[in-house]
Amino acid sequence: MTAQAKAPSLRLARRKAANGLMWGGAVLATLAALVPLGLILYYVAAQGISSLNLAFFTQLPKPVGESGGGMANAVVGSLILVGLASLVGLPIGLLGGIYLAEFGNNRLGWAIRFAADVLSGVPSIVIGMFVLALVVIPMHGVSAVAGGCALGLMMVPIAMRTTEELVRLVPMSLREGSLALGATHWRTIVKVVMQAAKGGVITGVLLAIARIAGEAAPILFTAGSTQWWNLKVTQGPMSSLPVQIYLYAGSPFEEWHRQAWAAALVLVTMVLLLSIAARYATRGRMRLVR
Amino acid sequence: MSAGRPRRRGRLGRANLEDRAFGWSTRLFALCVIAILALLGYVLARAAHPALLMFGWGFLSSSVWDPVREVFGAWPFIWGTLLSSTLALLIAVPISLGAAVFLAELAPPWLRNPISFLVELLAAVPSVVYGLWGLFVLAPMLRPVEAWLGHRLGFLPFFQGSAYGIGMLAAGLILAIMILPIITAVSREVLLAVPRTQREAAYSLGATRWEAIRGPVLRYARAGIMGAVILGLGRALGETMAVTMVIGNTPTTSLSLFSPAYTMPSVLANEFAEATGKLHSAALMEIALLLFGVAILVNAVARLLLWSVGRGAPRGVRE
Amino acid sequence: MPRTTLRTLRLCLSSLVAFALLAGCARQGTHPPAQPGAGAVSLNGAGATFPYPLYSKWFSEYHTANPQVQISYQSIGSGGGIQALKNRTVDFGASDAPLSDEEMRAMPAPVVHIPTVAGAVVVAYRLPGLTRPLRLDGAVLATIYLGQIKRWNDPKLAALNPEVNLPDLAIAVAHRSDGSGTTYLFTNYLAAISSEWVKAVGAGKSVNWPVGVGGKGNEGVAGTVKQLPGAIGYVELAYAKQNALSYAELRNAADKFVAPTVASTTAAAAGAVEQMKGDVRVSIVNSPAPDAYPISGFTYLLVYRDQSDKTKGEVLTKFLGWAMKEGQQSAEPLGYAPLPEGVVAINQEAIRKLTFQGKPLTSEQ
Repeated sequence: MTAQAKAPSLRLARRKAANGLMWGGAVLATLAALVPLGLILYYVAAQGISSLNLAFFTQLPKPVGESGGGMANAVVGSLILVGLASLVGLPIGLLGGIYLAEFGNNRLGWAIRFAADVLSGVPSIVIGMFVLALVVIPMHGVSAVAGGCALGLMMVPIAMRTTEELVRLVPMSLREGSLALGATHWRTIVKVVMQAAKGGVITGVLLAIARIAGEAAPILFTAGSTQWWNLKVTQGPMSSLPVQIYLYAGSPFEEWHRQAWAAALVLVTMVLLLSIAARYATRGRMRLVR
Repeated sequence: MSAGRPRRRGRLGRANLEDRAFGWSTRLFALCVIAILALLGYVLARAAHPALLMFGWGFLSSSVWDPVREVFGAWPFIWGTLLSSTLALLIAVPISLGAAVFLAELAPPWLRNPISFLVELLAAVPSVVYGLWGLFVLAPMLRPVEAWLGHRLGFLPFFQGSAYGIGMLAAGLILAIMILPIITAVSREVLLAVPRTQREAAYSLGATRWEAIRGPVLRYARAGIMGAVILGLGRALGETMAVTMVIGNTPTTSLSLFSPAYTMPSVLANEFAEATGKLHSAALMEIALLLFGVAILVNAVARLLLWSVGRGAPRGVRE
Repeated sequence: MPRTTLRTLRLCLSSLVAFALLAGCARQGTHPPAQPGAGAVSLNGAGATFPYPLYSKWFSEYHTANPQVQISYQSIGSGGGIQALKNRTVDFGASDAPLSDEEMRAMPAPVVHIPTVAGAVVVAYRLPGLTRPLRLDGAVLATIYLGQIKRWNDPKLAALNPEVNLPDLAIAVAHRSDGSGTTYLFTNYLAAISSEWVKAVGAGKSVNWPVGVGGKGNEGVAGTVKQLPGAIGYVELAYAKQNALSYAELRNAADKFVAPTVASTTAAAAGAVEQMKGDVRVSIVNSPAPDAYPISGFTYLLVYRDQSDKTKGEVLTKFLGWAMKEGQQSAEPLGYAPLPEGVVAINQEAIRKLTFQGKPLTSEQ
């Protein structure tokens, strides 16, 4: 082999080594991301699986010392709160994200983007205090609506950011094709661009839901907690899983601790199921570029 | 350059009206964010007024937090927040990016979805559970690690002090785990959205997988990934419950990772419900306002970085 | 294609909502569904976390006896409860620390304190190998928490525990990071004993601790003490018992080493009955009664003397009366100290004085 031929092969070997390193690094990183999940889920399951039974989903909480009981109202309450939060947070997040991506390359867009980023750093308890002052006190009491407002506000930055980034990345050729066929701008955005960005936007929505599904601090002050059934969304406290977990885990009683862990398991499973359902419903996304 | 707004006049005036209505309604919703933030800032500032008057700028530099004598200073909390968030980002960003690259570029499709679900599942774990896990599992695990680090690398200021297990290191780790899913998921989506043509161009020039990713793909995705990191940063700055259970809640300003510390959200969460003194409540509200300020500052710095780094990022590349 | 996927998504979401509503309607709880309309009353309260397990038992038992009454409670902390009562977003509040005169004046209307049960704050520690409980007194405890005594085999500790071999281990001090009635009681005790403590730190729900790590909640402190060898911390009695922590006997004002039990807590409460006839907000910390445990305190329910809603006021009055009689029986199994007879009598008098628009709510005895 001539000297000239050796040099390129050395460079090739180095490039191949770099490639291999990247592979190794990426796999290691993924494992590093999964290990804590495994540890946490194992811990939660080990602590709580013994308390997971049908009664958990059908019965109301029982006081300490009485066997049985469950968190039926908390399970339903969590679903209701997430639903209300989505009603508040998703329109602002999704439509706001569209605005930023399509019309937002000006000073106003910059300000909105900045505001959303700052909002994402506000602790959940401050949002709870904010909604306490603005909704709970005028309404003379805690309610599911107040809890939904607080959680909805927390969803906005994640939904907005993700929507914006993903809509931005839809190639111009797609938009131009749609416009060339005579579609109006807004139709292009809604029917074509959003369809292309659908997968990413759904991810953002699911991340936002996952984030708020497990928050106890803001709900504690706005939706409260109760051991009874209450399906009135504008009046009276609404029970929820994160608050029950917080209350039970902070108590001295072992049986309540176990129920708290069971609730954590149920919460995580609920979000997982929602994730799978949403992904399944929006499958066949237009991956025209892969 | 934003998507070209079609300048249709005359015959297609109605289409123009629809477009304008759509533009205005999205603008309205987007403006809600500014309105909310402004309202929040106003409510906090009004509540913090007594403390603002009493302590002035000294609040930022004083290290005394005494609810009994009603003397308050926020410096240890600012320090704790900044240090824990920085630590969390340092740990989480490389891991998240590595995992995102794996999921978006390298993993076979049958593996991609399940692992994506699993990583996103981390986002669903309630903060309280993270806190309890941190206290009962992570801290005991960290104690021997800290002891070893202190033994070997104790000359560094980062590894000094008794190995409690709880403290800044535990908090940084827990935060890193909590922000992993957001950064990973959003980065993954951004990487997946990079057009195939970019990669194909690189391969056609003889690039290895790594070179293709490092070159056009990452450059294209850079802005989106920064967005993902900013979301993660936001979460790290504001996380309360989990941090407060493992950070030791002691207002100190030590460089050591073993030392217990205190963050702004933690002191808020700890004392808000019970604060009955007027100045005490106002001081806590001022801490919330400060957190606002820290978030603004940190985001401004991040944006500066993004702007200088991403200036070459080809947005909306024509193809 | 897009339309069908959107439709599927809508179907999924609507079925989820439908399921939620159906589950709500099914209500397969062990409790009979509350009769809508006629007679159904919902009360809402907020406040201290300490009595939450007991109150939830009370609400459950009261509901079984009176199915039309549902009482909910937000366990957000005493301060939150007082704020909520002030803002009239709840029907009653709960607090571990009584309102000061200044706080009473800040309330929109006169507030009545009803002590419901008493609790003890124990000093827990982790010293493996000890054959009998540690003995401490207030002065030594104060010096430990001031950081002046740093090791377990300090002569001052050895003097109190002659038969025990204390190890040469550093004392890892733990305290509460969150504001709490537990801290309030503990610091009040230290302040009652040590003037140095008053000068350096003071008493309150949150204080500026000179040394130690802060744990969140009783469970945070209990968790820290459980895991750190040589740790010392203060927690509610129930937490120490449930977590099987070792706790110390304290020397009380009558110079006797008393272990924290339900009985010794009630004894501390009983010692204050005379003073409470004047103002029920008496501190029972460091009580002079012979068998009293020194770090004891009441927890209070707070209600407006003049109720704003007649039905709710009547239900509240009846419930409070029930809590004074039948309710007290559930206290001890859960780790709370029932009220001594004298305090029950004082409370019943106060409950009789609750009014609606000036007219007393209790019509029959």
